[in-house]
Amino acid sequence: MENAIHVENLTKSFGSFKAVDSISFEVEKGEIFGFLGANGAGKTTAMRMLCGLSIPTSGKGTVAGFDIFSESEKIKQSIGYMSQKFSLYEDLTVSENLTLFAGIYGMKRAVIKEKSGIILKELDLWREKDSLVKSLPTGWKQKLSFSAAIFHNPKIVFLDEPTGGVDPMARRQFWEMIYKASENGITVFVTTHYLDESEYCNRVSIMVDGRIEALDTPKKLKEKYNADSMDTVFQKIAVKAQRGE
Amino acid sequence: MSVLSFLIKKELKQFIRNPFLPRLAFVFPFVVMLLMPWVATMDINEVKLSIVDQDNSLSSQRLINKIDASDYFNLKTVYKEYEKSLSDLENGDNDIILEIPHNFEKDIINGEKSSLQISANTVDGTKGTLASNYLTGIIYNFASEIMAEKGLAADTGNLIETNFMYNEFLNYKHFMIPALIVVVIIMMCSFLPSINIVSEKEIGTIEQINVTPVSKIAFIFSKLIPYWAMGIIILTICFALTAIVYSLTPAGGFFNVYLISIIFIITMSGFGLVISNYSSTMQQAMFIMYFFMMIFMLMSGIFTPVSSMPDWAQWLSYLSPPRYFAESMRSVYLKGSSIVDLRNSIGLLTLYAVFLNGWAVISYKKRM
Repeated sequence: MENAIHVENLTKSFGSFKAVDSISFEVEKGEIFGFLGANGAGKTTAMRMLCGLSIPTSGKGTVAGFDIFSESEKIKQSIGYMSQKFSLYEDLTVSENLTLFAGIYGMKRAVIKEKSGIILKELDLWREKDSLVKSLPTGWKQKLSFSAAIFHNPKIVFLDEPTGGVDPMARRQFWEMIYKASENGITVFVTTHYLDESEYCNRVSIMVDGRIEALDTPKKLKEKYNADSMDTVFQKIAVKAQRGE
Repeated sequence: MSVLSFLIKKELKQFIRNPFLPRLAFVFPFVVMLLMPWVATMDINEVKLSIVDQDNSLSSQRLINKIDASDYFNLKTVYKEYEKSLSDLENGDNDIILEIPHNFEKDIINGEKSSLQISANTVDGTKGTLASNYLTGIIYNFASEIMAEKGLAADTGNLIETNFMYNEFLNYKHFMIPALIVVVIIMMCSFLPSINIVSEKEIGTIEQINVTPVSKIAFIFSKLIPYWAMGIIILTICFALTAIVYSLTPAGGFFNVYLISIIFIITMSGFGLVISNYSSTMQQAMFIMYFFMMIFMLMSGIFTPVSSMPDWAQWLSYLSPPRYFAESMRSVYLKGSSIVDLRNSIGLLTLYAVFLNGWAVISYKKRM
């Protein structure tokens, strides 16, 4: 079985600065893959290369079976992406945003209408469907972003710090959504700062200064570093970091 | 093409929900078309004149009355001495001095030559020259009247009849209006697109678009088409105001003005998007637009004729798309030119439209 993501020696340089320095890893289909690292470690840059937003400097790789250099538009058809900064249209309503993005992925109007009804009810956003997105609280905006990212049933969804700035309750609900998507067969690639969240992932990689320093299941990482939590594992690994914030 | 329709709907909703832009787009053509033709005028009227009458006779009084009756001149003062009049001219209290010499009437009666002196302030060269020409004309007229009264045939060889064609009353408004429509279209159809894509970059929404499989052409055309529609609406407002307020309709017919205007709207909105694609902040896009705006306004014959520019500037003006449009608009409005007469301008403008819109599609980068 082919992997959802496969990269070898992927590198991105900005001048002499190597934001991502020759990383290699694989993500299996259906996995929830946690991508950890301190600020400036290169997580977002790596994710942007996988999503076809940024052209890699060197290395090779495939996402959903398509080459990251030559087939980025095909990759885009098979993935969903939720950026760190909320980037749906604040001056469109909740349902207009869902309709727009679903429409871009080529879904038919009738299908969109039916599916957005179901999703908005599930998210408890049905009453807000005609409100402008800018009027929603942060937690709801993030739920909406996630829904927009998986609305077209992508093979893989990329989540860049999806739970930044929301309360523990909302974070919990958000992870329930992630699990549900995973149950539906969507591979999840997620970056996070919250180390307790990394315990929810099948496997976790930890980036330090543009390199992947560790990659394994949370259980094995804890054994290897003789730690009782992922927090301690992270402390032990990230202490090597040279780059500042 | 249904992707395009989703995107266009989004653009239209965003435009309409903007608290400021729809109002601006509506008010702008009214302000420009109702106010600017009155201010952007180079009509020479109300020239301030002072006369130095050293003769103080019936004849000199008759000449003064004749000049005073003209609409061009505002007779400020009649002096006896030239010096006083000259100091007024230096102070800016008058623009032109006519000096009537001593013995003016006597010379006329005796059938001898008499010389009048005109001194004009030519700091504003056009005004000074035109005013002294007008004044000379009135004096010639006066001279031929006198000659006719004395039974002498006027020396018709020196009288030139001028026949102004196309804008026979030399109405500067009629000269400016087609050009002001050019300005309105440049402002609305290239300024607004120029800040559109870059504002999505600043807000961050472009990232969510770039990560979708949307085609570059669909995305760029979803940005262009609403501005084309808006341009045509604004154009129609301008044409209507021109017809109602200034009784000016295109001598070459509405079909011709619409055709060239639509090509121009397409050209300029493509230009705006190119700027937007290359800018990373709105501030940068605005600044670049101001730079080009200066060039477009001053090098396209909108305010000053291209033919009076030095040769090198005339060559450069071929690079400015508004040049072709300004030229064509005036020709269609005032001369009644047709598409066939304007085929060169229309052809070149169409090339610019294809080139700039193609460039807009190519310069939109989904990957950094």
